[in-house]
Amino acid sequence: MTSEQDLKYTSDHEWVDADGDVATVGITGYAADQLGDIVYAELPAVGDTVEAGQVVGELESTKSVGELFCPVSGEVVEVNEAVSSSPEIVNSDPTGAGWLLKVRFTELPDLLDKAAYDALTGAA
Amino acid sequence: MTDLVTRRVVQHDAFQRRHIGTTPDAQAAMLAAVGVDSTDELMARAVPSAIALADDAPSALPPAATERRAIAELRALAARNTVRTSMIGLGYSGTITPAVIQRNVLENPSWYTAYTPYQPEISQGRLEALLNFQTMVADLTGLTTANASMLDEATAVVEGMLLARRASRAKTARFVVDADALPQTKAVLAGRAEAVGIELVEADLAADGLPEGDLFGVLVQYPGASGRVWDPSAVLAGAKERGGLAVVAADLLAMTLLTPPGELGADVAVGSSQRFGVPMAMGGPHAGFMAVRAGLERQLPGRLVGVSKDADGQPAYRLSLQAREQHIRREKATSNICTAQVLLAVMASMYAVYHGPSGLRRIAERVDTAAHRAATVLESKGVRVRKGSFFDTFVADVEDADLVLARGRDAGLWLRKVDDTAVAVSFDETTANAPFNALLSAFGLPLEESSGFALAKFRHVPEGLERTSEYLTHPVFNTFHSETGMMRYLKYLADLDYALDRGMIPLGSCTMKLNAATEMAAVTWPEFADLHPFAPAEDVAGSLELIGQLEGWLADLTGYDAVSLQPNAGSQGELAGLLAIRGYHRANGDEARTVCLIPSSAHGTNAASAVLAGLKVVVVACDELGNVDLDDLRAKVAAHAEHLAALMITYPSTHGVYEHEIRAVTDAVHAAGGQVYIDGANLNALVGRARFGDFGGDVSHLNLHKTFCIPHGGGGPGVGPVAAKAHLAAHLPSHPFAQQAVQGGPGRFGGAPVSAAPFGSPGILPISWAYVRMMGADGLRDATDAAVLAANYVAARLGDAFPVLYRGDGGLVAHECILDLRPLTAETGVTVDDVAKRLIDYGFHAPTMSFPVPGTLMVEPTESEDLAEIDRFVDAMLAIRAEADRVAAGEWPADDNPLQGAPHTARAVTDTVWPHAYSRETAAYPFEAATHGEGRLRAVRGKYWPPVRRIDQAYGDRNLVCACPPPGAFE
Repeated sequence: MTSEQDLKYTSDHEWVDADGDVATVGITGYAADQLGDIVYAELPAVGDTVEAGQVVGELESTKSVGELFCPVSGEVVEVNEAVSSSPEIVNSDPTGAGWLLKVRFTELPDLLDKAAYDALTGAA
Repeated sequence: MTDLVTRRVVQHDAFQRRHIGTTPDAQAAMLAAVGVDSTDELMARAVPSAIALADDAPSALPPAATERRAIAELRALAARNTVRTSMIGLGYSGTITPAVIQRNVLENPSWYTAYTPYQPEISQGRLEALLNFQTMVADLTGLTTANASMLDEATAVVEGMLLARRASRAKTARFVVDADALPQTKAVLAGRAEAVGIELVEADLAADGLPEGDLFGVLVQYPGASGRVWDPSAVLAGAKERGGLAVVAADLLAMTLLTPPGELGADVAVGSSQRFGVPMAMGGPHAGFMAVRAGLERQLPGRLVGVSKDADGQPAYRLSLQAREQHIRREKATSNICTAQVLLAVMASMYAVYHGPSGLRRIAERVDTAAHRAATVLESKGVRVRKGSFFDTFVADVEDADLVLARGRDAGLWLRKVDDTAVAVSFDETTANAPFNALLSAFGLPLEESSGFALAKFRHVPEGLERTSEYLTHPVFNTFHSETGMMRYLKYLADLDYALDRGMIPLGSCTMKLNAATEMAAVTWPEFADLHPFAPAEDVAGSLELIGQLEGWLADLTGYDAVSLQPNAGSQGELAGLLAIRGYHRANGDEARTVCLIPSSAHGTNAASAVLAGLKVVVVACDELGNVDLDDLRAKVAAHAEHLAALMITYPSTHGVYEHEIRAVTDAVHAAGGQVYIDGANLNALVGRARFGDFGGDVSHLNLHKTFCIPHGGGGPGVGPVAAKAHLAAHLPSHPFAQQAVQGGPGRFGGAPVSAAPFGSPGILPISWAYVRMMGADGLRDATDAAVLAANYVAARLGDAFPVLYRGDGGLVAHECILDLRPLTAETGVTVDDVAKRLIDYGFHAPTMSFPVPGTLMVEPTESEDLAEIDRFVDAMLAIRAEADRVAAGEWPADDNPLQGAPHTARAVTDTVWPHAYSRETAAYPFEAATHGEGRLRAVRGKYWPPVRRIDQAYGDRNLVCACPPPGAFE
């Protein structure tokens, strides 16, 4: 598992952990905190073709809805079933057990590093 | 002395001094606190001079009537209606409202003055009643989950169609509609489908089956408008095989005898619960319903009550899955509707609680028996009754339908003309034992000696459609069958809740003002309550007169030329107004004008309604003062000039201020060829002081349940009339069954209908009529002034403890103010939730939370609260601020203090174990220090005890349960 320090980030508050040609995608702790208690996750189906920047899912809390923008283009090879049954793990472990989907990609777009993302959220 | 007194002497029996809570002396003290000399000066400073109405502006309103006189005039109007026995049917049936329900629910302020249960801890009573409603609908329709009611049957069908489109896999815009659907449903569907690009295909499904081709859904009426009962399961299955969803509009009473939609393969069932003890009232209000199969819960529109648990682990009710709704999801919401028909859903659910499953079945059998007996007797006398299975309605072929209707009317009956040579006869609970001779007279047959016809059992449920499954097995439907039991159950539930009969409900943007007893009086008069919505015009002359007068008064107060009272909720008025704009542009050949500008501060419904009117939402930014950013507006207008359809703007703004530049805003939109929609949600700050139509509005909706005193009913009914300038009038809602006689009624309009009934919910229009009649133009203006004064007084007294986020001209707010709690949260960790829940311990309903700005409370005291109550609220807020400071100072731990632990139940503070860092007294009786004098005695003796502790919102959404939990869950 890549440390938070070494993950890549998007300005839409996703993180990306690329391993070979498969990227694991989730939302950041900042985004999870902003959403509040997540109660439902709508994720794409395995086998879906997705494009970077496209909305591929939604995370619903008691008070708001966050759209999940796919950070990379490719094919969905796995979604985190544990999140569907226990969406609270996105709050408790957003960059670990609360990952959302894995995408097989050919090319990784330009993404933010931890410092750039922290600057964006004012955490730096 | 204030100008209120010098301006004119208020008579001792004048209603306005009962409606406006603050006396002249109190107003003088409040003006001093705000720092102005008179209410006239206050309004002159607060309302921009560019829009202010001249003091001597003429008014079309009659001078204020006393309460006694208004009742006399209403009696005279009522006397001009003629109630006959309705056999019209079409989704509206006579029903016997159990007197215990009429007196203890419909006529009881504990039920009708409550608000939507956003604060679930103080709403457990009506949430339980709504859960009963949901359980009743789910059981009777044979589906998994029902919502907390819909506005009426026709709009419920529309929502069913839209749900099918969202959830269907089929990539097509075709929706198949049963030719035997209710005609008003078909009319509403047609307009709504056209606006969003849905193609309707009508088919005689019973005779011909499903037509060829793609579809995303099908609607079956069960039983049909003709009364026909047939097995639609093959049609439903066929639609699902093609990737569509099966929607069934069902009659709840028939479902006690017939196989329910869920068991026939329906995905969605919709309909009306009116015949469960809710008067027809010329069309409404009634509770529509929707139920869905498992897996479609998140697609449901409207409110959904679910079960969660409180901080002590006890079961507790709350609104579930709110993220579906327009206030969060805006233009992507499942629907534009905000509210439900709670009061009517409560009545219908209590009808089922009172009668129980066997009682409902007996009623259905009596109706069924009476209809079949009547058909048999008529047939035996030579009347050509159409063959086939039916429940409560049959069709007879006659030589001259008009003649049959005329003879029926002479004999005291309303019958339905199907066409020139066919008549429909519909039975209900009230006609099951009615004298038969009137019907014989209508058909021109000799009279008989026999007095009734519900003698033997003649039931003809077609083979395979007999209901075999159980329903309403939960103990709540099998316990309260004596009147004593029912009265006490209703009292028990009412006592759990906080309504206006307990104290102030300072909800910003909701206008929780007085719903006066005199205003409410006529609602249950039979001359208004027992009218069928499609009754002949000559029999509803009094109601048409009342409607015409109210429309005229509302037009005068808003500066518009035409008003339609048809929309039965604010959201529907919005939709009707936007559809009028769309119709206008299209009539001018401007089909490309589809962009709707909406400020970021707007209510979520605006965006949701725009989408349903076929418009594309473009958001306009607000500046740091909370006003529409004029530069951004001009840029957006320029960018979309060719395509600009409309701007939607709320005035005063949702930020609670009179925006100074409103004329510049409306001018910019008009200059580009756009229309201006002014959302009338905040009209309470404007009546008598400015008029939408005078400062650039082309069309508006008004909320009669806010500004014009219709009670909120615990979350409905509402009435949302649409008012427009003359050039849009032709595009306001019409109706196929409009009583043409009314002046300016829907007969003269040309837009598609948006409600099932021509005048929406006429049953509650006497409330607003009486309010305007008893206040007069001067009284209404004084009410506006008093409301604005009260809000500014609260802002002045609380501004130091909680910064007021937005202010307008002169540092003044309008009729409400936003208290910014974010600095407090940053300093102390105390959240908006903590303050809201702590207010319950102090005996208050919280202000509006986190709308329109997260982390804030929006306070609207209204004109009806007296100064003592406003001060009690202010003192409570200041005391809570002091408590928060003690948390910040470390006197109480951040995770164990009276704010974080609020609200406190009697059970919690009397528990043997009290492990908290604060005392039991602090938990339960904090207001002893914050109140004084006579009010303190009332506060202590009359303390409101919440029935549950803080409710776990996330648990309820993660573990969705939307039906009555078993009694064991509470042990």
